[in-house]
This record gives sequence, structure tokens and C-alpha cells, in this order.
Amino acid sequence: MSATMMKESDLSLRIRDALWASVVAGLIGLPLLGLTTRDGMHGLQVETRWPQLAAFIAIAFAGRFVLQTVMHRFKIAPKRRASTRPAPGVVDKGALAWLGAGCVAFAVLLPALFAGNRYVVDTATTVLIYVMLGWGLNVVVGLAGLLDLGYVAFYAVGAYTYGLLSTHFGFGFWQALPVAGALAALFGMVLGYPTLRLRGDYLAIVTLGFGEIIRLVLVNWGDLTGGPNGISSIPKPTFFGLPMAASGEGATFASVFGIDYTPGQRVVFLYYLILGLALLTSLLVNRLRRLPVGRAWEAVREDEIACKAMGINVTNVKLSAFATGAMLAGFAGVFFAARQGFISPESFTFPESATILAIVVLGGMGSQLGVVFAASVLVVLPELGRDFSEYRMLAFGVAMVLIMIVRPGGLISHRRATVNVPSEAKQ
Amino acid sequence: MKYGGACTLHRLRTSLTGVDMSQALQQLINGITLGAIYGLIAIGYTMVYGIIGMINFAHGDIYMVSAFIAVTCFTLVASSGISSVVATIAITLVVCIALTSAFGWTVERVGYRPLRGSSRLAPLISSIGISIFLQNAVQITQGARVKSIQPLVTGGVNLIAAEGHHGAYVSYTQILIVAVTVLLMCGFTLFINRTSFGRQQRACEQDQRMMQFLGYNVDRIIALTFMIGAGLAAVAGVMVTLYYGVVDFSIGFQAGIKAFTAAVLGGIGSLPGAMLGGVIIGLIEAFWAAYLSPEYKDVATFVILIVVLMFRPSGLLGRPEVEKV
Repeated sequence: MSATMMKESDLSLRIRDALWASVVAGLIGLPLLGLTTRDGMHGLQVETRWPQLAAFIAIAFAGRFVLQTVMHRFKIAPKRRASTRPAPGVVDKGALAWLGAGCVAFAVLLPALFAGNRYVVDTATTVLIYVMLGWGLNVVVGLAGLLDLGYVAFYAVGAYTYGLLSTHFGFGFWQALPVAGALAALFGMVLGYPTLRLRGDYLAIVTLGFGEIIRLVLVNWGDLTGGPNGISSIPKPTFFGLPMAASGEGATFASVFGIDYTPGQRVVFLYYLILGLALLTSLLVNRLRRLPVGRAWEAVREDEIACKAMGINVTNVKLSAFATGAMLAGFAGVFFAARQGFISPESFTFPESATILAIVVLGGMGSQLGVVFAASVLVVLPELGRDFSEYRMLAFGVAMVLIMIVRPGGLISHRRATVNVPSEAKQ
Repeated sequence: MKYGGACTLHRLRTSLTGVDMSQALQQLINGITLGAIYGLIAIGYTMVYGIIGMINFAHGDIYMVSAFIAVTCFTLVASSGISSVVATIAITLVVCIALTSAFGWTVERVGYRPLRGSSRLAPLISSIGISIFLQNAVQITQGARVKSIQPLVTGGVNLIAAEGHHGAYVSYTQILIVAVTVLLMCGFTLFINRTSFGRQQRACEQDQRMMQFLGYNVDRIIALTFMIGAGLAAVAGVMVTLYYGVVDFSIGFQAGIKAFTAAVLGGIGSLPGAMLGGVIIGLIEAFWAAYLSPEYKDVATFVILIVVLMFRPSGLLGRPEVEKV
């Protein structure tokens, strides 16, 4: 549209465009902002808020006008119908490696940099949980190309496995970790099996349904899971058997190392624990990508029929992707349960799955570093808005839309195969 | 909704007496009513999927917004002195469809049009973002508390009322919902099959690039598809407000996944499939809640969906996709 605009009529066109935007804003704002209902004497009563509506329309008009003017001024044509995939080699791999190393160094030094600031370390721990979940989901969505909207189910399986094993059978964190991982992987295969023939959005709804099934079972099977009340007083992880406590029956971390106990130690310990788990995850996924199974994931993502023709067992490839992703979510779930000490079905709802998926897509599918950035943005953004908590989820939704529009390929977009066969025909 | 007699296994054990017959008939009526509402929402999913091959995650929230508009509109009309029930419902329907279509248009313009041609997941994420935005916007501007209105259509008919117990009961609201849905479906089928826009819409589903070559404005057709889907969701919103009388900002998510399940069950992209899927989901829910356990009715819905998809991967009425190399 903007390309065909005549020079002299630009201004009037822009004003007309902005007027149109304000008409739509008026139609949308009228039922939400302009009118509302309150409980009155005789049932509901309608209240009007014309000033807010007028302000909203004015903002829409001005915003649209300024946007158009700026776009026109700096010759930013809206990138419509861009090519489906970004050109290969958009991002320099060497620079990315350095950036990744920098991130790891920063993550290792973070508790020292913000020593005494418990809040920062706590938030960083949350970021790392999401990074780990993002990397796990990346295996399913980014590498194998299977859209999973119920990923939080495996996270829940991990968390509840540790919660139940520790409160009923006295399992420790480290004993429960492999059990939870294995159980989550099993659930991954249980979900994966009926969905093998499905593609695209059929897969999306089945995985979404699976996530809801797990959540509903957790809510309703009160005898086992505690129902909506969840499980509380889950023990914290220990450092090789040494608890992080002021004084216990036996030796504690502080007494063995001969230092004074401070509550901050536990926070820092939990941080390094999840950092270690996350780095292990990264290592694992990076190694798997170079193994035949990882290559097969990417191959199935690109072309399933060709894979079948090449004799790749697509069933096993998909199931292994589901199982690996689920296992990583299970580990993250164990850590989550241990850190919170309390779990309930409230933590495993669909918005949680959507957030994890958003982290993977916003980060740039298949990019490990992108997941780190996206997780930081999506966790820190609502944290920053704690003061006006009413509006933080509103801003979260807007941010998701805006990042997607500005960078449809994700923050770091380099979707390319790990291995490139050099072909003479191309040159 | 009242589910007569919760979780009663002994009902299963008793022989098929008159009580059971009327109980079954009652659940049939409830299920079809619920299914009609799901079906109306499901058409929005299926049409959008048909034309751009993507799920509109904000669709459930558009339906929620329309239920809020309906509450405001009913209150406004009541306070303006119009007492005719028919006029009230007609005015509310028109207002709701008009305003909700604007929401549908905006969702397409903001969340989909800038992302056309990018990866399939990008619009999915942006529509989830819009869904989060709409839920919170409604919560902030309209309040987090449940809104309830006085029942507008009262009364009903007793069916097979035998002596000693009341039989199945059909409220006039239920009759209205089913009648409006059937009428709308007939009109809508004619609209898609016979009118020029319907032809353009179907042509766009088949080949958008060809439509562009032929000089059609594909963006406009897609935007109109979103608006029509939103308009049908608006009707569902008005009906649900009449039926339950209560509305809150979180109803969109549950209804959205149910309707999406219905669309997939019927075969996504197929309009009769969406309606069939909606009715099946409504019936499963009503019967499961009445005879087995109300807590697990949603689990039953999803399990049946998974089982159906295992045997028919493209839904009940969906055409199996032929993969071309």
C-alpha cells in the first residue's frame, strides 16, 4: 500500500489511515473501556467512562500516525511475505560461541556480583529453570519439529514424583532425580505413541489435551496428590548429603566447612545447582545433535517422507525426541519441587506451557542462546512490573506480540541443519 | 448448569426405568444445547484454519469478550425501558456481532497480517499473546468478579412428565439456543456455498497465490473470515449469557479448548465437522458428568479425542491429507 502512495497526498493518506485506526480503537474500546457494569441496587448498572475511551482513541490515532510517519521517514517498508526461512549464515557462529561463553561466565559469577542481593539470585534461579525447560522443549519443537502445547505435563510429572517419593518414602533429591527423569520420559512416550500419525495442529490439540488431563488428574485424585491443596513440606536438596540448614541432627554444610550459616547460602546453592543442571542439559542436547539420533530429529523436521524413504525409523525418532524432552522437563520439575518446597496443580496450567513455548519460539527455534535471552526477557519483564502488578500480564501479552512482529524468526534466528552436505550443483 | 444427580453408579445398576429414560433425555437436551454453543465457536477455529492453516488462539477470548458485551448490552437495553424480550435479544445480537467482529478484525490485523509468510509458529505465539492481553484487559477494565444477570427468557416445557416424578425439562432458552444455531448454520452454509464471497473464501483455502494473480485482495478475504468467525463466536457469547446468566474473564480459555477440540474432532477445515464435533463434545460432557463423574468430564473429552484421532488422524469428517512429494 505505502509503496504506491503519491508524494503529495502522503499526509492526507496517513491521516486517513490514522482515522481508520481510531475508528477501530473506538469500536474495541467502547465495550471494554467506555462501558462497564457494576453491581447496583437492582442488579447490574451500566457505568460510562467516556474520558478514558476518548484518551484511548486519541492514543490510537496519534500512535498510528506517528508510526506511519516514522516508517515513511526512515523508509521502513513493512516486511510482508518475507521468505519463509532466514538466509543461512545470518549470524556468525564464532561470535555466537563467544557470546555463549560470556553468558556462562556471567552466570557463574552472578552470585558474587550480586552478593547479598538475594532477590537477584532468586530471579536468576527462576530464569534458569525456564532456560532448562526451554532447552528441553527445544528438542521436541525446535529440533524434531513436533509442536507440543502440553509440555508442562512432564514438568508436573517430575515435580510430583519428587514430592510424593520424598514425603512418602523419604527419597532424597539426588535419588529422586533419575526416577523422576525416567518416569517423565515414560510419560513422554505414552503421549508420543498415539500422536505418531498426527501432524501440525492435530498434534497441538492432542498435546494440549494431554497437559489438561494430567492437570485434571492432579486436581481430582485427592488421595494421592492432595488435590488442589498440593503437597507441602518437600525437603530441600542436600550437598552430597549435607543439608543447608542452621543446625540439624547431623552435620550440616556450614558445620563441615567451618563457616557460619546464613540463609543466603541456600539460595546460592540452589542457584548453582540449577546452573549445573542447565549446563548439563546444554551439553547433552549439543552432543545429541551430533549423534545419529539428533541428525535424525532434524531430518524428520525437514522432510518426513524422505526420512522414511531413507529407511529411518520415524517412530523411534519421534518417540526419542518426546522422551528426551520430557526427561529434561522431569529434571526441571524435581528441582522446582525441591526449591519451592510446595507444589500444587496451580503451577502446571496451560499458560505455563504457553510461556515455555513462547521462550522457544521467541528465542529462535533450535537456538540454545536464543532460549537464554528469551527466558531472561519473559521472566524478568513481569518481575520488573511487580509494582504495578495489575498491568504486568497485560504488558507480557503485548510484549509477546511485539517481539514476534519485530523478529518473526526469533531473537537469534539461525535455523539450519547441523550438518551441510557440500553440493557441487549449487556452485 | 444443573447436572441432575451427581456420580451415581447405582443408576447404572438399576434397570432402564422411566426415571432413567427421562434422565437420559434430560442429558441429551443439555448436551445438545452445550454442543450448539461449542459448535458455533468451533466454526471460527475451523474457518480460520481452513484459510490460513493456523489456529487462532485468541478465538476463545473473543467469545469471552462478546459475553461481556452481551451483559452490558442487556443491562443497557433493560434500563432504556425496552421490555420486549425479542427486541432485547435482537438488539444485543446485532450489537454483539458488530463489536465482536471488530475484535476479530483487530486480531487478524495485529497478530496475523504482519506475520504472514513467516514460520507457522510465529502467529501461534502472537495469538497466545493476544489471548493473554484480552483476558487481562477485560479483568482490568470490567473487573475480576463474576457478573450475573437476571434470566431473560424464563419457563420451559416438561417432556414425558410421568406421575410421581418430573420428567425431562426443556427450558425456552435451550430451545432458543438450538433454534438460533440451526437457523444460523443453514444460512451460513448457503452463504459459503452460494454467495460470491463464499466462493472467494473457498478459493482462498485452495490457492491463495492464484487468487492474488486473479486480482483478489487476499488480505481482505482473510480479514473477513476472521470477522465472520468472531461474529459466530459473538452469537455463542450472547447465547451462553442467556443460558448461564454468569460471565467472568476466564470463560474464554475453557470454551476455547473445548471448541478447538470439537473442530479437530470433526475434522479441522470442515464446517459440518465443526458442528458435529461440537455436539459430540457437548453430549460426552453432559452424559459423563451425569452418569460417571463430573470431575473427570474434561478428561473424558480429551481421551475420546485422542482415541478418535488414533483411528482417524484427520478427524471424523476431515478429508485425509494426501502427502505429495
